[in-house]
Amino acid sequence: MSRAEPVPLSETVPGSAGRRPSPLWTFGLLRSELVTTVRRWRTLALLAVLAAVPVLVGIAVKIETRGGGDVGHGGQGPAFISQITNNGLFLVFTALAATLPFFLPMAVGVVAGDAIAGEAGSGTLRYLLVAPAGRTRLLLTKYTTVLAFCLLATLVVTVSALIVGALLFPLGDLTTISGTRISFGEGLGRALLIALVVAASLVGVAALGLFVSTLTGSGIAAMATTVGLVITVQILDQIPQLHALQPYFFSHYWLSFADLMRDPVYWDDLTKNLGLQALYAAVFGSAAWARFTAKDISA
Amino acid sequence: MGEPSAMERDAGEAGGAEGRAPAPGRAREGVIVTRGLTKRYRGGQLAVDGLDLTVPAGSVFGFLGPNGSGKTTTIRMLMGLIEPTRGTARVLGRPMPRAARAVLPQVGALIEGPALYGFLSGRDNLLRYDAADPTADPRTRRLRVAAALDRVGLTAAASKKAKAYSLGMKQRLGLAAALLQPRRLLVLDEPTNGLDPQGMREIRTLIRELAADGTTVFLSSHLLDEIEQVCTHAAVMARGRLVVQGAVADLAAGARGRLVVTTPDPAEAARVLKEQGVADVTADGDRVTGEPPARDLAEVNAALVTSGVRVRGLTVERASLEDAFVALTGEGFDVAG
Repeated sequence: MSRAEPVPLSETVPGSAGRRPSPLWTFGLLRSELVTTVRRWRTLALLAVLAAVPVLVGIAVKIETRGGGDVGHGGQGPAFISQITNNGLFLVFTALAATLPFFLPMAVGVVAGDAIAGEAGSGTLRYLLVAPAGRTRLLLTKYTTVLAFCLLATLVVTVSALIVGALLFPLGDLTTISGTRISFGEGLGRALLIALVVAASLVGVAALGLFVSTLTGSGIAAMATTVGLVITVQILDQIPQLHALQPYFFSHYWLSFADLMRDPVYWDDLTKNLGLQALYAAVFGSAAWARFTAKDISA
Repeated sequence: MGEPSAMERDAGEAGGAEGRAPAPGRAREGVIVTRGLTKRYRGGQLAVDGLDLTVPAGSVFGFLGPNGSGKTTTIRMLMGLIEPTRGTARVLGRPMPRAARAVLPQVGALIEGPALYGFLSGRDNLLRYDAADPTADPRTRRLRVAAALDRVGLTAAASKKAKAYSLGMKQRLGLAAALLQPRRLLVLDEPTNGLDPQGMREIRTLIRELAADGTTVFLSSHLLDEIEQVCTHAAVMARGRLVVQGAVADLAAGARGRLVVTTPDPAEAARVLKEQGVADVTADGDRVTGEPPARDLAEVNAALVTSGVRVRGLTVERASLEDAFVALTGEGFDVAG
């Protein structure tokens, strides 16, 4: 075979000669994953729905109390709703209490369920793996991205509620559940802490969704299964006969974030919640890893 | 860190001039070597059965077979996407899928057609795939992406969303992803699928250029003439088994040509040809064909004319790879195995 002189590939550029993986370059995939997730129209739609919840709650409370009436009589509605008219900051707590049982886990379930299964469904998973992204690295990147989305989603609700609360209601010192007064600044700090705890409450759902995502090659199936599981567990949590099992449901201690509004803070259920989320992350994270690293990628 | 330096040495060998005149040991080993490679799917279906494949370094290797013959399963095992049931696969001298992280950065692949993020532009698709490779230098990423886009002729459409791409453009973008880095091996599964004749020609030219640079190209196709045009070596699979492998010239030579006589007197011509030692004579209209005899064809022609056969044409039709394929498998090419 006669061949011309070796023509250097036009792609041959400095830096490719060594091909030594730099530990920092590993994060290139994470950055790409974060940007790709946020640029997805679906992610933006989910965040828009979450941002709309505090607006709806705020306007509803404003309209209902225009005549100087009282909302939430008889303990109806989400926690703290009766306090919003006195202090807009309470809209943050109300909005988080309203979105945590369904909207937030649903949004996380959609993103987590789609994480691996969506890539498998569109065929892009095989190209990421021959790049080679590395299965463990890809799974860790996906889980980190889902966790970042948990935080982002919670912050969207928090910030939206804070803005709506400030626009529609007075702000100022606030009264804790225990009856003590704290300054607005400290209240704001507690609101932020509550947002972080709410985000951490979603860690379990995120791990569960990621595991489901490694089981199927259809993003829609994985999303539907994860959201279905979230709803099922919430229903089972309401059945008294199952009280022996209920402490192990990932949603069981979710509303314990209200304890951060006590003075002093009541930590028991909060730590149980965080421990439970860590347990779910460990169990379903390991299951997802075991499944994904041994899986034949034929999609 | 002993491993990366070993990798570097390998890369240096193949990237340099010696890559095309490899050391005897390396040439014997081959860029892809499988021994008894077998995949049985969970349903019990045997997709690949005891495959012994050797792809020589520097070759353009055609991987042929009807749909369902196990080509794609083999490629997926070579790329570490599927675990073999039995047997071994070595790519660039290292075992797969165990050494995937060291081997795959040096391999560009197009597997079962391109897969893209529809909501990202062509350029952003490539940036994402490049970010997935931990050995790709982010400082040169944009430059390399632009070069790859240019190489496949997509520069003008780089900012368009991939979902607006035609099948041919998607195929080109898939190829560009395989060309993001200088590669020692390119695995291209049906690379001209969905392309118009002009696009097919461009891709074939590109493959020849890459091969001239010393890259080994492993090309799966169901188009025999495509393999014949660009490949130096070929292997044929049918029903999960390897039927034959070797240099394309040898494979085609294995099937002998046919002597074709065009004449308005076919019956007489057939009689004379048999007398002249031509075997397997068949007449079809004004065409009489047979296996070429050992003697000089000029004498065969003289004998025909002497016997009063009016000869319009006398020729030997060269055997094509398709003839070789049919001779080997005893079946047409489009039959699913």
